[in-house]
Amino acid sequence: MSASGRPEALDPERQAQRESPINAPNLPSMRHLQPEFEALKKRYPAGFQSSLTLPCLRRIQEVRGFVADQDIDWLVEYLGVPRVQIEEVLTFYTQFRREPIGRWHVQTCRNVSCSMRGAERLIDHLSRKLGVKIGETTPDGRFTLSVVECLGSCGTAPVVMVNDTYHENMDAARIDALLESLK
Amino acid sequence: MTGRQLIMDFPVTATSHLLADYQARGGYQTLRKVLTTLKPEDVTKEVTAAGVLGHGGAAFPVGRKWAVVKLDDGQPHYLCANADEGEPGTFKDRWILEHAPHLLLESMLMTCYALQVRNCFVYIRGEFDQPYRRLQAAVEEAYAAGYFGENILGTGFACDIVVYRGAGSYVCGEASALITSIEGKKGYPRNRPPRLTVRGLYQRPTVINNVETLSNVAIIMRMGAEEFRKVGKPKSPGTQLVSISGHVNKPGVYEVEYGYPLAKFIYEDCGGVLAGRGLKCIIPGGISTKVMTAKDIEGVTYDHKSMEAAGSQVGSGGMVVIAEGTCMVRLLHVMLRFYHHESCGQCTPCREGMGWMHRIIERIVRGEGQPGDIDALVRISNANDGTTICGMGDAAGYATVGIIAKYRDEFEYYIANKRSKCEGRLEVETAHA
Repeated sequence: MSASGRPEALDPERQAQRESPINAPNLPSMRHLQPEFEALKKRYPAGFQSSLTLPCLRRIQEVRGFVADQDIDWLVEYLGVPRVQIEEVLTFYTQFRREPIGRWHVQTCRNVSCSMRGAERLIDHLSRKLGVKIGETTPDGRFTLSVVECLGSCGTAPVVMVNDTYHENMDAARIDALLESLK
Repeated sequence: MTGRQLIMDFPVTATSHLLADYQARGGYQTLRKVLTTLKPEDVTKEVTAAGVLGHGGAAFPVGRKWAVVKLDDGQPHYLCANADEGEPGTFKDRWILEHAPHLLLESMLMTCYALQVRNCFVYIRGEFDQPYRRLQAAVEEAYAAGYFGENILGTGFACDIVVYRGAGSYVCGEASALITSIEGKKGYPRNRPPRLTVRGLYQRPTVINNVETLSNVAIIMRMGAEEFRKVGKPKSPGTQLVSISGHVNKPGVYEVEYGYPLAKFIYEDCGGVLAGRGLKCIIPGGISTKVMTAKDIEGVTYDHKSMEAAGSQVGSGGMVVIAEGTCMVRLLHVMLRFYHHESCGQCTPCREGMGWMHRIIERIVRGEGQPGDIDALVRISNANDGTTICGMGDAAGYATVGIIAKYRDEFEYYIANKRSKCEGRLEVETAHA
């Protein structure tokens, strides 16, 4: 029981504390994307809206930066797919996010070819330079540092992907210049 | 040069990936010929006669895959191009997507005609942004030119294409996981039978071919099977795009005619090993193929038969060159960390086995290895083999067994001395420092 005498789960004060960006009440709706999704649907075989799950989630994430609870609610209604299917997709694929991250998502490959061309030193350098550990966001919200598995750019290793863009043949000096340019 | 060039047979310029340039190189003329003068089964016949093998890693004969689809079964058929290029070391399909997207599209149109497909897909990995933009732009160009949509080139043939973007999953490059992903679900592989060519996407007959494999179709139809077979070797007709990386002077994508001498390719065409170091070994076709030592590659030609005789595979064409002095224990650690990360978790042997192997190699690297650890890695690898729905767990095992078989002494040294025999080196530069 909480101070107000209510069960903790129902205590409004506690609920407010638990409120995270993914279910904040004042988030804008993504329903304005519907015409875009309708155009997309035309190239799919009729009756298989389920296939739109990944493209819709990706587009919503592009606009919002992450996928919010209300986006799932909307897609369940719009695509007519089970909620569990969307939840599974969101947890299965590494590129989907349920929480906001830094403005620039710095993802460094650490697989075989990149490791052989200096990825480990590069990751240490990034971590030191940004003052964060892998998976963390800088306090100013500018950078989130991640490591990823093979990005398919082994010939120009090591490679760092910032948001959607590949930066190839990286070293400490080039990464410093790159970080400088990302405001 | 690395033999005759069929795919990379034009100079890459700022516009060479665009429709106008492709048409100036003769592009889409063969499509017109195919749609106006050939029957669908003629296309399949020609591709089968060409003897082209799958270029995604398994080297399955394309004609045999296509033959399962019955044109008169009254069902919709689907075609998916597998552009989920994720096998570490492999970046060859990216070259086609970025530089020859119309070659892929023309080939897919011919394949759709051959298999009577109304809707086809390209499943491209989510991280590929530039390749996606290039391909999507090419799709829009092709639609505007009337190569997709209704009544293509006035022949009554209709076909639509969707470029479907993945979202970060290695296992989705496996054909059945790929179609599950296109259905909008998490990418779990499916049990076979039924084969995907019997019940695939949306439970209908579906052909899934690698990007490079499909790109050969337009080339075969342009040259004719007989001419095509003059390139390469009798059992491995044509060419392979090889993406080479690691400790090599000239990394990149090369088109290699099957039968080309492997050592010559590495030492001459690719400039040999970085900083003049000796060659320790190569991973020939994606990290799931068995390593070949410098001695193993002597006298080997780059084709399926010769590579298999030497104890490995052509695989996905993703070649990694490893210099002398590189620590194979730490390299295997990087690989097992990857497999553990990418196991989808559906089958127990892979879900548990990958984690188990990762934990073992991790403690060896920390200097806490135990005497039975090497045998445990081999035992788990062998126990996984053939017990899972897809081949991912098997592949991790092959890679592990392959490395341990050749470099067991390094593992024994690491466990006994709590440190690497090669000072933990992965890079060549640090080896010199």
